[in-house]
Amino acid sequence: MLQVRNVTKRFGGLQALTQVSFDLAEGQILGLIGPNGAGKTTLFNVVNGVYAPDEGQVIFRGQDITGWSPHRVAQGGLARTHQVVRPLNELTVRDNVMVGACFGRESHSLASAGRVADEVLGRVGMAERANQITSSLNVAQKKRLELARALAAHPYVVLLDEVLAGLNPTEIGVMVETVQRIRDDGVTIMMIEHVMQALMRVSDRVLVLDYGLLIAEGSPQDVANDPKVIEAYLGDPGLARRLVAEEAG
Amino acid sequence: MTAWRRPGFWLTWPVVLLGGLAVVLRRDNTLRELGFTLLMFAALASSLNIMMGYTGYVNFGHIVFFGLGGYTGFYFISQRDWPLYPALLAGGLASALVAWALGSAILRLRGAYFALATIGINEAARAFVNNFGPFGGPTGMSVNFAAYTRYGGAAQALWLTYVLLLLVAVLALIVSAMVKHSRFGLGLMGIREDEDAALVMGVNAPRFKTMAYVLSALFPGMVATLFFFKNGNVEPGDAFRLHMSIEMLVMVMLGGQGTVLGPVLGAITYERLRGFLLTSPIFKDLHLAFAGLFLLLIVLFVPTGVVGWLRARFPRVRGLLT
Amino acid sequence: MDQLTASLMDGLLLGFVYGMAAMGLSLIWGVMRVINLCHGAMMTLGMFATYLLFTTLGANPYLALLVVAVLGLGFGFCVYGVAVHHVINAPHLSSLLATFSINMIIIGVGTAVFTTSPRNIDFPMGSVQMGPLTLQGTRLIAALVTGLVTAALYLFLYRTYPGKSIRAVANNRDSAELMGIPSARVLALSFGIGTMLATLAGGLIATFFPFTILSGDAYQPRSFVICVLGGLGDPLGALIGGLILGTMEGLIPAFMPVSWVPVVEFALFVLILLVRPRGLMGARS
Repeated sequence: MLQVRNVTKRFGGLQALTQVSFDLAEGQILGLIGPNGAGKTTLFNVVNGVYAPDEGQVIFRGQDITGWSPHRVAQGGLARTHQVVRPLNELTVRDNVMVGACFGRESHSLASAGRVADEVLGRVGMAERANQITSSLNVAQKKRLELARALAAHPYVVLLDEVLAGLNPTEIGVMVETVQRIRDDGVTIMMIEHVMQALMRVSDRVLVLDYGLLIAEGSPQDVANDPKVIEAYLGDPGLARRLVAEEAG
Repeated sequence: MTAWRRPGFWLTWPVVLLGGLAVVLRRDNTLRELGFTLLMFAALASSLNIMMGYTGYVNFGHIVFFGLGGYTGFYFISQRDWPLYPALLAGGLASALVAWALGSAILRLRGAYFALATIGINEAARAFVNNFGPFGGPTGMSVNFAAYTRYGGAAQALWLTYVLLLLVAVLALIVSAMVKHSRFGLGLMGIREDEDAALVMGVNAPRFKTMAYVLSALFPGMVATLFFFKNGNVEPGDAFRLHMSIEMLVMVMLGGQGTVLGPVLGAITYERLRGFLLTSPIFKDLHLAFAGLFLLLIVLFVPTGVVGWLRARFPRVRGLLT
Repeated sequence: MDQLTASLMDGLLLGFVYGMAAMGLSLIWGVMRVINLCHGAMMTLGMFATYLLFTTLGANPYLALLVVAVLGLGFGFCVYGVAVHHVINAPHLSSLLATFSINMIIIGVGTAVFTTSPRNIDFPMGSVQMGPLTLQGTRLIAALVTGLVTAALYLFLYRTYPGKSIRAVANNRDSAELMGIPSARVLALSFGIGTMLATLAGGLIATFFPFTILSGDAYQPRSFVICVLGGLGDPLGALIGGLILGTMEGLIPAFMPVSWVPVVEFALFVLILLVRPRGLMGARS
């Protein structure tokens, strides 16, 4: 579905991504974790066309989309949500989602976009709020709206950037279920998350990024036990063991 | 298209059309002049609204489309002896072309930078026209009386011009309403709210912005051709009055940007107010200052304008006050 | 050739004053991300204030400048409080329109009070011979004043507490507030200083050119071009940008009629914004 090869991105003197490569198979949920500043959102931005990589390629469904502008990528069937939500504030919830439907892969007319919007809003549980002005929503609702907008385009792949951030445990549970249902509907997902339990539970595979380098890749369990990953988060690989030993002792 | 199924669609342009036709029936010259001014500003404000209200790009140089389009249209009438109708279209097309050319350069600028660039355009356009030989340089061009005989004499020509302006204005309103309730309009409003987010959702922002810019330029060009034809002459100072750009901005904001009704309401209100100020001995010289004060009060306290305020206050009429 | 050199020198000296005007604009932009569209009007007020002090009180225009500076500072505070403060956190359009409306009000009232007839400050300062060139005394003094003001500004920004607060707020307003810096007052001060620089520049220009109520509006686009040249938010960049533009304006008349200048300036403005938005100096935009 998605192949990223040797992607490198620099911002002035800062090396944000270095030779990052991975594959995303159809129907998978791929988790992306890493300490703050590791380059996770930058990687999403490269895949989705907001930045062009300095080196490397992004291949989506067999087509080289490296350097495509974001709207072309979206029209190709790759959607994304943002870490800090970006709602279209003065429009209604329904209009927001309709934008996704109209300009995404399926290029709906206004009428059919309306129908798609209603259906998608129902799926994420926002149907009652369809005619509310977006600026009046709270964070959790805006996150669900952002997700609905991405889904309205019926994309092949959706990139979720910290879709659980700022949610309380109940809301997290609901969102995780929604994500799983999306995958069951046939959408391939890649998600950045800091809420570890949720991510580990739901992902089929996990990638770990640190300082722009891919330092680990594998099943959730493998990654959780990988000393390099523990070092990246805690700084000292021995610390985890000592802490656990102290607690036991 | 869902535009004409909305009740609001049938509010604005039919009222304007009927009002305009009433003037024709009355055959009153003074009323016609008033009507001409009102219709002109309603059309100009509505066209500005497409770029400013729907797309969110503030254009301080909208008058440039008025000036350049009008100059072109008038050129064909006075120097090439064209009849009014094709000259009208030529004027509109000229503005559209200018918009397309300018847009390719400045639409890449965002927000405040775009606004700044449009401020500079006005000066540049005036300087250009001042130096451009075929357009008569600093003295401009004029039309001799004989040109009006084609239309049955000056009086008839004036009425004809009025009717044409009425049609152009009504067309501008219809187009504005249709854009607002179309897929194109939805994309524009997405751009207005958050251009980057809209891009990520698949809106082809560069192309849509250009289309909006070109569309917004079409009507001023046509309106200007009619205006100069009616006046019988044109010179650089007339065509590029910065004041008019400002006043159009005030009209759009006063009435309510982003709505169809707003610019018309704003145009009519502002014009009446201006007329009052200009004829009153105390305020005569201060009408620009008053426009400024008005604008400031609107920006500070009622940024969504009259229509916006009404819509927020009375949600039930939202469908009507579109 | 001599003609060209004379024109160039003249433009260079003029560039100092342009630079000072642009500095005010640049400071306001750098500190609060507001594009001050009443900048030109402020310059005009500086011109008229200096003129009035000269004609009604018979004051030396250069001394009058001190008064004008203080008035400019105070006026800047007022404008900030009335128009800008309320919309400082609103979308850019609001602050653009707010400052634009102040511009309209000032010009509107000014036209009613002063009419559009040109005024002139007749205070010749002789001239200095430098080889084949004759340099106007007024221009030299203007350049000197600009230099002094720039130095003072830098001392202020880097050596005094209010100045450092301004730089802190320019850098990161929220963090500055968290550290106890009263950002509203700092913003008002910055706006005041920016206005002061504009009025000073206006006053200086009045010493060598005749002016009308509409003159400031002619200098405003120039100030924007200079800011963009030098990088918005960088006062020194503005000064250098001013020198560049002044020199350019000295050169242009040799190649094309003066009336083309606005077209060239506009083209330059757009070009820089498209190609190097951070300005030639590479300052943060």
